[in-house]
Formats: sequence, C-alpha cells, structure tokens
Amino acid sequence: MSEAKEQKPRKLPYVAAITEGVRQVLIEQENAFVAGEDVGQAGSVFGYYQGLFDEFGKDRIIDTPISEKGIIGLGVGASATGCRPILDLMFMDFIGECMDEIANQMAKMRFMFGGAATLPVTVLTMAGAGINLAAQHSQSLEAWLAHLPGVKVVMPSNAYDAKGLIIAAARDDNPVFVVLNKMSLALQAEVPEEMYEVPIGKAEIVREGKDMTILAIGRMVHEALAAVEPLKELGVDAEVIDVRSIQPFDTDTAIESLRKTHRGLIVHEAVRFGGFGGEIAAQLQELAFDYLDAPIARVGAPFSPVPFSPALEKVYLPNAEAIVAEVRKTLGI
Amino acid sequence: MAKKLSNKILKELHLRMVRIRRFEEEAGKMMENGKIPGALHLYVGQEAIASGVMQHLSELDQITSTHRGHGHLIAKGGEFSRMFAELYGKATGYCRGKGGSMHISNMDLGMLGANGIVGGGPPIAMGAAFSNKFRKTKQVAVAFFGDGASNEGSFHEAANMAALFKLPCVFVCENNGYGEYTPQANHQAVVDVADRAAGYGMPGVVVDGMDVIAVYEAAEEAIKRARAGDGPTLLECKTYRFYDHVGVRGMGLTYRTDEELEEWKKRDAIKGFEERLLQIGTLTQKAIDAVYANTNAEIEEAIQFAEDSPFPHPDELLEDVYSVRSEV
Repeated sequence: MSEAKEQKPRKLPYVAAITEGVRQVLIEQENAFVAGEDVGQAGSVFGYYQGLFDEFGKDRIIDTPISEKGIIGLGVGASATGCRPILDLMFMDFIGECMDEIANQMAKMRFMFGGAATLPVTVLTMAGAGINLAAQHSQSLEAWLAHLPGVKVVMPSNAYDAKGLIIAAARDDNPVFVVLNKMSLALQAEVPEEMYEVPIGKAEIVREGKDMTILAIGRMVHEALAAVEPLKELGVDAEVIDVRSIQPFDTDTAIESLRKTHRGLIVHEAVRFGGFGGEIAAQLQELAFDYLDAPIARVGAPFSPVPFSPALEKVYLPNAEAIVAEVRKTLGI
Repeated sequence: MAKKLSNKILKELHLRMVRIRRFEEEAGKMMENGKIPGALHLYVGQEAIASGVMQHLSELDQITSTHRGHGHLIAKGGEFSRMFAELYGKATGYCRGKGGSMHISNMDLGMLGANGIVGGGPPIAMGAAFSNKFRKTKQVAVAFFGDGASNEGSFHEAANMAALFKLPCVFVCENNGYGEYTPQANHQAVVDVADRAAGYGMPGVVVDGMDVIAVYEAAEEAIKRARAGDGPTLLECKTYRFYDHVGVRGMGLTYRTDEELEEWKKRDAIKGFEERLLQIGTLTQKAIDAVYANTNAEIEEAIQFAEDSPFPHPDELLEDVYSVRSEV
C-alpha cells in the first residue's frame, strides 16, 4: 500500500517547479546566487522565489534596485569572474532597459575576447499576455534574443520543462534566457523531485499525428493541443511539437516531422510579423521543400501592441480557434 | 610630492607612462599608414591615470576599460606583441583577432575589456566587484570611463548598486573635457563629475590627471578603501586628449582650438614627471633615454611579431560564439 502511494507521480504547478529548480541549483552550485527586483523577502511578484530567502539568506538571494542595466551588468561581471548568477528580469518587457548589457556585453564578450571569457549566467524572465497587464507587461520578445549570437533562449510550456530547463540553463556555461509564461503559473504537471535536465536545443513531440506538424512555442503548445480535436473532426491528424528551445532551434526534429506530415504550421504568442515563426518557416522550406504539400502557415499576434481591455486582449491572443482557422485557410478545407 | 615615494615606484610609474605613450604613438602611425585596419582611440595625454591607478593593482584585480583602452591594458601588464597582433587582426592577438582595438582584453591580467559602448564598463566592473565580495576574495574592480560615459544610465545604475552593496569597486572618471567631439560644458551642467558621488553615497575626489603622483596617491586611498570593504569611490582625473577622438589627426572636425591643445601639452604628464625625476635624482637623462630605447626596441619587435603572425583561419569565425558545455 505505502509503496504504491510513493510511486504515485507528484504534480506541481509551474510556479513551484520554478522554485524547486532554482533551489536545487543553489544547493548544487555554491557560486550561484539569485539577483533581481523583489526577489528577496518578497519572493518575487510571481511568487516563485518564496522560501528561498529564508533558506539561503540575503547573500544569495539578492534584492537589487530597480536597475535592469545594473542587474544584467552584475551578471556579466560576476559570471566572467567565477560566479554562476541567476538573474531575474521581472517582466520580459523590461529588456529594453538593459538591451545594451544583453546584446553588446553579455552576448558578445566571449567572442570578442577570442574565447577567453566564459559567462555561465541564467536569466529568468516573464513573458506573455492574458491578464490585462497591457502593452508594457505582456510581450513575448523572444525573437529579439534569438537574433543575438552568444545567448541561448528557452521557453518552457509546462512545469516539468520549467524545472528541467532552469537546471540545464544553470549548468550551461553560456548566457541562457529562460522565458517563462505568466498565464501558465498555476498549470500542473508531473515533476520529479530529483534534479533533472531538459536538454537545451531539443524540441519535444507532445502529440503524434500524420497530417500536419504544428510547431508551438511556449504557452501556445496548450492552444495547439486544444486544436487537435477540432482538427481531427476536419480530417487533419495533427502532430504537435513543443519547440522548447528557440536558440538553438531544433531543426532536425521539425524537419523529420515535416517529412512525415508534409504540412507545417507555426504558432507563437509573439507578433507574427518578424516573429520567430518566420525563421522556422524559412528553414522548413529550405530543408524540406520537396516534402511540402502546402505552404508553411503561421499563427501569431496581430501587428499591434498588446491591448489592455479584456475585450481587445481576447481578440489579440492567438488560440486554438485561430490555429484551426489558419489550417482551414492553408489547406482549403 | 606629498610624501616620499620609493625610487622603485617612481621608476615604475615613469616606465608605465612611457610604455603607453610610445605604444600609442606607433599604433597611431600604423593606423594612419593603413597597416592597422579599423579605428583606434588613442590614449596619448592621459597616461598618468592608467599608470597611477594600476600601480596599486595586481593581476588578480579586475578593470573595465573604455574605447580608449590600450593604455589600461599596457598598465595592467599587457604584452606589446599580443596587443599589436590584436590591432592587426592577427590570430596571435589577445582576442585571436576577434576583438581588435575596441575590445582588447585579457582575462588572465584581470582586464575585462576595452568597450565599444560608452558606459559599457561600469556595470561589468560592478559585477566583478560583486563577485569578489561574494567569493570573499580581496580583489578590487576598477571601472575606467570618461566624462561622456558619466551621462549614461549604465554608470548611474552601477554606481548606485556598488555603493548600496558596499562593493570593492573604484570608479575612475577620465575627464578629458570632451565626449567624442562635444565639450564637457555642452554635455553636462556639472563641472566636476566627482560631485555626482554624493548622489550615490560615496566619496568623490577630484585629482589632476596630468600628475601621476597625484593620481597614484588618490587611487591608493580609494583602492585601500575598496579592499577594506568600505565601498566604492568616484575618482575624477582631469586630463586631456592630445590626439583626436579617433586616430591621430582624426576626421578633421573643428571642435577645439590649437591654443587649447598647446596649453594642455605644456602640462604633459610624462615631460613634467621626467623633469621632476631628474631634479630629485631618481633618474639620469641617460637612464631616461634607456627607458625609451628599451621600449622602442620592444615595440619594434612587437610590430614585427604582429606582421609575421598569421591571420585567423576562416574556420575560426564560428569558434568562441558559445562555450562548449562542461559539467559543473
């Protein structure tokens, strides 16, 4: 009886999986610390550092001023000199405050120095719309980062991946951005208690299908999965791939799937124009042109800032219905 | 001289300054005759600052530099040969030809990079200082930056955080009177950048940046304070750029007068210091000549090394973008 009970998989919400991942990294790596706004006693505005301040103290869970250039600069200087910082950039939208420190310093230092500098720094940041936080607290700007040689970018869609990708990021010797999603904080998933990694640069096939490959980024994985049934009713058996890693992007998994399904659709929450879906679409047509039976379709937000009004935000956000509509349009069904 | 400095220190200060001056003069020539590609921002005129500060630092201490960074690396112990090789874009350069003048660096010497971004250095130095405190070492991190950079938000954030966390950090402002081609009076309302220190809760000190002893003494106190765990200092050194913003004669823009340049040249840090050293008998003219002769010989050899060195192989382009994973 008790054995059976122990074997029952444990479920954790996304928010607690983040906490557990960071906590285990702090235990494993003595030169790791967390630095950011409201991360200390407050435990972050999203709650994912709750308890860490009491456990690790003020020397390792460091409240900073509201100074994003300073936070990223701190991480660059500290990681180049023997620390393994975990930086917290509260909202991804604040990236504009520190883009020089990210793009010109963090991303390029190793290359500019001919490989002499190593920057094992992890940045956790919160993206995504859906809770009426309007234009400056809701964006998905992963494409800005993916365009920078020198940084890695991952976007966990679920609690398991959130923990595993945070651990992989913290063990990586490069700057890694873990782009979290605020709508997903309460989402439950099975999360092992032990430390594990989800490999950076590996996509995951979350639902197998034979007619169409849907490459979904971040929270859109759940919308893609919600579109599976309605698509089935239309006679389309969709394969859903959780992209997970934007930079590096797992081209092989995408191509392999496309060779099977002959049709592809990319969905992300970011603005469609200039979004990461454009890069994926280009790669697919370059590498699997002969396998394609239809144009590569893309679903993303319209070319607009994220609106405040719930009535508008609902229209703005890509969802399962938008995916189905795009499939119908592309396939003429 | 406020206090008696040993002959050893006086000679080292002199040597550091001469090494920087001669390197920069030759680098300027090499740029103008097309041997060195790209842009060089030369340190001629400002030598007393890097020399006076670095006299107190070991290889373990870190510095961040500016776009005008050769002098800082030389004063920190940089080798001419690998520096010239880097300026030439050769594979034997400090950055394997990937950084050039504006990103010249050497982690082993604690030189965390020249920087092409004005104000790029201070947050990184603050981060290194944070690391020193976190790792409980006695290292100090020094950020060199200009009057122009003191108007960047990055400086403000780094200074505030360094003071808040009481980091072993020193902010050395090399105020050469110009942010690129714009005179200081046209880019900030304060006369002394050091006045801004009060706003961060740290001491601000103004020093004559053309007087290597003055810089040496002020830096000594600031670095001692940082090493003792008492927090950062803002040390402003008033100086002047004898060459143009870029290169030697620059782009021919009209922004300062010849008279002004000549006035500052009368205060040349090296010439003045040599006169003092001769006066007090630390160095003879013969010894000074030998310093130049040795330095020149080293430069000649270094340039030859750079010219003989291979360019990076095209395959090296994609190396060093990422670090290959290692297990923790």
